[in-house]
Amino acid sequence: MSAVATEPTHSHYESNEADNFLINSKGVLSWALTLDHKRIGLMYLVGVMSAFFVAGILALVLRTELMTPDQWFLTTQQYNQVFTLHGAIMVFLFIIPSVPAALGNFLVPVMLGAKDVAFPRLNLGSFYLWVAGAIFFLSAMLYTGLDTGWTFYTPYSTQTRGPVVAATMGVFILGFSSIFTGLNFIVTINTMRPPGMTWFKMPLFLWATYATAIIQVLATPVLGITVLLLAAERVFHIGIFDPAYNGDPVVFQHFFWFYSHPAVYIMILPAMGIISEVMSVHCHKSIFGYRFIAYSSIAIALFGFLVWGHHMFTSGMAEVTTIVFSALTFTVSIPSAIKVFNWLATMYKGTVQLTTPMCYALSFIFLFTIGGLTGLWLGALSTDRHLHDTYFVVAHFHYVMVGGTLVGFLSGVFHWWPKMTGKMFSEFWGIVSCWFVFVGFNLTFLPQFVMGSRGMPRRYARYVEEFQDLHQMSTVGAYLLGLGLFVALGVLLHSLRSGKKAPANPWGAATLEWQCSSPPPFYNFQSPPTVNEPYDYLPLVYRDADRGWEYVQQTTPAPKPVHV
Amino acid sequence: MSEHKAHGGKHHGFAHPASVKSLLLVFFSLIFLTWLTVFQSTLELGSAELVVSLFIATIKATLVILFFMHMLHDKPLNAIVFLSSFIFVALFLGFVLMDAHGYKDSYEFKNVDSAPKIVKTTE
Amino acid sequence: MTSHAHDSHDAGHGHGEHGHNPFLAHHFDDPEQQFDSGKLGIWLFLVTEVLFFSGMFCAYALYRSLHPEVFTFASQYLNETLGAFNTGVLLFSSLSMAWGVRCAQLRQRTGLVICLAITLGCAAMFLGVKAIEYTHKWDLGLLPAGEYISQFLQPAHHAGISPWLYYLSAVPALCVLGFAAWYVVAVTTGQKRTAEVAGPLLVTALCYFLGVFVGIAFQNAEAASKAAEHGVAEHGVAEHGVAEHASVAHDEGHDHAGDERDDVMLVSHSDVPVVPGAPELAAVDQAGGAGVFFSIYYCMTGVHAVHILGGMAVLAWLLVRATKDHFNEEYFGPVDYVGLYWHLVDLIWIYLFPLLYLIK
Repeated sequence: MSAVATEPTHSHYESNEADNFLINSKGVLSWALTLDHKRIGLMYLVGVMSAFFVAGILALVLRTELMTPDQWFLTTQQYNQVFTLHGAIMVFLFIIPSVPAALGNFLVPVMLGAKDVAFPRLNLGSFYLWVAGAIFFLSAMLYTGLDTGWTFYTPYSTQTRGPVVAATMGVFILGFSSIFTGLNFIVTINTMRPPGMTWFKMPLFLWATYATAIIQVLATPVLGITVLLLAAERVFHIGIFDPAYNGDPVVFQHFFWFYSHPAVYIMILPAMGIISEVMSVHCHKSIFGYRFIAYSSIAIALFGFLVWGHHMFTSGMAEVTTIVFSALTFTVSIPSAIKVFNWLATMYKGTVQLTTPMCYALSFIFLFTIGGLTGLWLGALSTDRHLHDTYFVVAHFHYVMVGGTLVGFLSGVFHWWPKMTGKMFSEFWGIVSCWFVFVGFNLTFLPQFVMGSRGMPRRYARYVEEFQDLHQMSTVGAYLLGLGLFVALGVLLHSLRSGKKAPANPWGAATLEWQCSSPPPFYNFQSPPTVNEPYDYLPLVYRDADRGWEYVQQTTPAPKPVHV
Repeated sequence: MSEHKAHGGKHHGFAHPASVKSLLLVFFSLIFLTWLTVFQSTLELGSAELVVSLFIATIKATLVILFFMHMLHDKPLNAIVFLSSFIFVALFLGFVLMDAHGYKDSYEFKNVDSAPKIVKTTE
Repeated sequence: MTSHAHDSHDAGHGHGEHGHNPFLAHHFDDPEQQFDSGKLGIWLFLVTEVLFFSGMFCAYALYRSLHPEVFTFASQYLNETLGAFNTGVLLFSSLSMAWGVRCAQLRQRTGLVICLAITLGCAAMFLGVKAIEYTHKWDLGLLPAGEYISQFLQPAHHAGISPWLYYLSAVPALCVLGFAAWYVVAVTTGQKRTAEVAGPLLVTALCYFLGVFVGIAFQNAEAASKAAEHGVAEHGVAEHGVAEHASVAHDEGHDHAGDERDDVMLVSHSDVPVVPGAPELAAVDQAGGAGVFFSIYYCMTGVHAVHILGGMAVLAWLLVRATKDHFNEEYFGPVDYVGLYWHLVDLIWIYLFPLLYLIK
């Protein structure tokens, strides 16, 4: 390191303890009516984790029933209702909002050195729309039990008894929650960047959030109109999707997947943003290929709109369309691959610290890669014809959504937990949870690839004996996965009670959110922080376990690290 | 961050009040174009009628967007944001239409006499 | 809320200016940043609206391209003149809205209030015309596919004002009474600001009925001209079964002097259009044919009308703020943003009109 005059520690680190956003105002109403993005983020965190818990229990119920080929304790009707609920809650109440709403809301303004998002009241509105949608949705299902699958395909969904209208209206409301979150982030990142933070000096988490927000704004309204028309179909028989009136069920699938495919990129992009941050920080090395990762985020968002037909290859689409969609599907894998290469390259010659966030991040790379690669078989027409609607598909999307998004989400929660709560957690038990999750997850879903390729259909409550061994393996894995997740939750909750006080910058990161205290004061920064290179670790100096790392402002310019 | 040229005069800052003249001019153009749309529909143009009426509608839309919505004097980003949405609409409509016309011979258009009964689910 | 307590923490932020503009939010540096943020925000919201309507335009394009004969048949039941009139009304409301933004920027308080009032009035008039169109069709059995009644099989029905119109007009009628009472109270107790809000709202509610009258007038005119064309003017039951050429025109007058709502002369249902041959007619004049057209018609115009209603609510809110003199050249964002939304509503109608009404 060249000679630099070290300046005293930043005043950003020191803020009045009473200004800590968790306690600066008290009482239920101060949380219920808060406009503080950090509090809203935490409320979302509690909400989505609760939803995940409910849907996770449902998953265990399904897997338990599947221990035996014949009926154990669920009728086929009940089984259908359980997997519908599991899928719908996971997709709409957990996965889509999880990273953007829970972590994004907390982090986006702080990473920008801003005081809040562009539209704080809209932010609170988004949260209450989530709550309303959740109540609507859940009570509709719990009341009479929806059995259409989370995809609501017609004509079954127009004819079945069951609260289709209520559930789809819940989806409609949740859609607006998502739209407003995305809208808020686009404006915040566009207009509230601090002086000096050009687009290419932004943390990659913000690039990922921005790309996600673009998808949220463009795609979700189409879901809105789709469910509205579906409800109208049920109530008024408008004849758009119902073949009984010359309607077209394939058109429903087009409408549905035009949103739902980009939706999976809403699910994965923010998690990828987390991994970019975690990899760089916990390898204490500048992210490899910053611009490539940034551009690939936008590319995934845009290409993701071109491929929805690959969910419909066997639906009755015209042959030409299937060929076009298959070809386009292969292009969307390229930006994802670029990211994986860049993350791995970041590790090379870095100082890898096997902390809990890093453990989860490494799991992410492994599991997401498998998930992504298996998507290629599904994108190819010839193989998809055999694999569609089998457990191969189920395994594929669980690898990317659970092995990808959930694991990435956990990595992010652990990484930013000290910042959000001011507490350090037990590293040992954190890593234990990571191992249980990793092993349990693979044990659950690897057998499902095998089953699916041998013909085991999805959404079936009964099956032939030859699949029993694989199903039982899968169920054991599911319980192990559940156990790991419980341990993770336990680690986090335990830290709240007895965790060590967290320094402002426990991991030695260079992005702006680590330059305020842990937890931040309600106003985030006393004075706007100086913008720096987000992945340049030279100015970071480790003090001790209590004070963590400190960012020392360089008075003579440090040699510029080489960025791609 | 916010680099808005101060148009609109000395005390208007970043506001850019439209002139009454331009507003009225645009309005009367729109009325004329509406009349034109109705007129052309009486002309028996056959299948070209759809194209012509959509073309006129797009001219009207352009006038509304540029002048009433002041896109002409707005930041380019806002224009890009709004106009790019139509690319996605075109994508959506294009693929769905192409596909539907591709398989339209695989089913029959039928006469519907009465509403079908709701199918009971099992159990 | 503490996060809004911009006063106590200004010192640390080095901005002393938060004081003089009460509408500058604490998390923005200056009014221009706030305006730019809001502008981008509303344009993004308009993007979501475009994508939202695109689903219905897709359904329209799909069914029209697959079954053009159905659309040609069914479109004849839409009154072109009313459609064109409504287009003009919305265009005028866009003018008044854009003018209102100008007034806000120039601190012309009264001008702004008048412009907002005109916009609201036009919106109400649009809805009045739509009420006539809808109730007329409901009488004829021109309903979504599930309820559609074949035009050649329909039984005789009453002429005159549709009973549905009374149900639809109940809320506007209550509004007239409510706003009238409010206005009178405000004027007599000298609350000028309240009167400035109540007055325009009263006018708005009355404009709904103005729209209803215009709708009835145009519909009668059309029926009269069609009756003249076909040379038939008699009460009669529509012939059952398929007819190559059938025309029924009912003329009935109700004249209740002094009763505003019933002061209409004629309501006639349109006569059955001429269609070439029986089998082709049966194919289009059925629930799975014209019924789907009307499904699409009601969905598109219905969702559009819901957006008009939402817009009216927000315009009323703007009206209240305008009377409180909130807007100036540094803070006119809300008027601008609502204006953008309103212009989008107009834009959608600019496309709906030729697509639904002018199919030949």
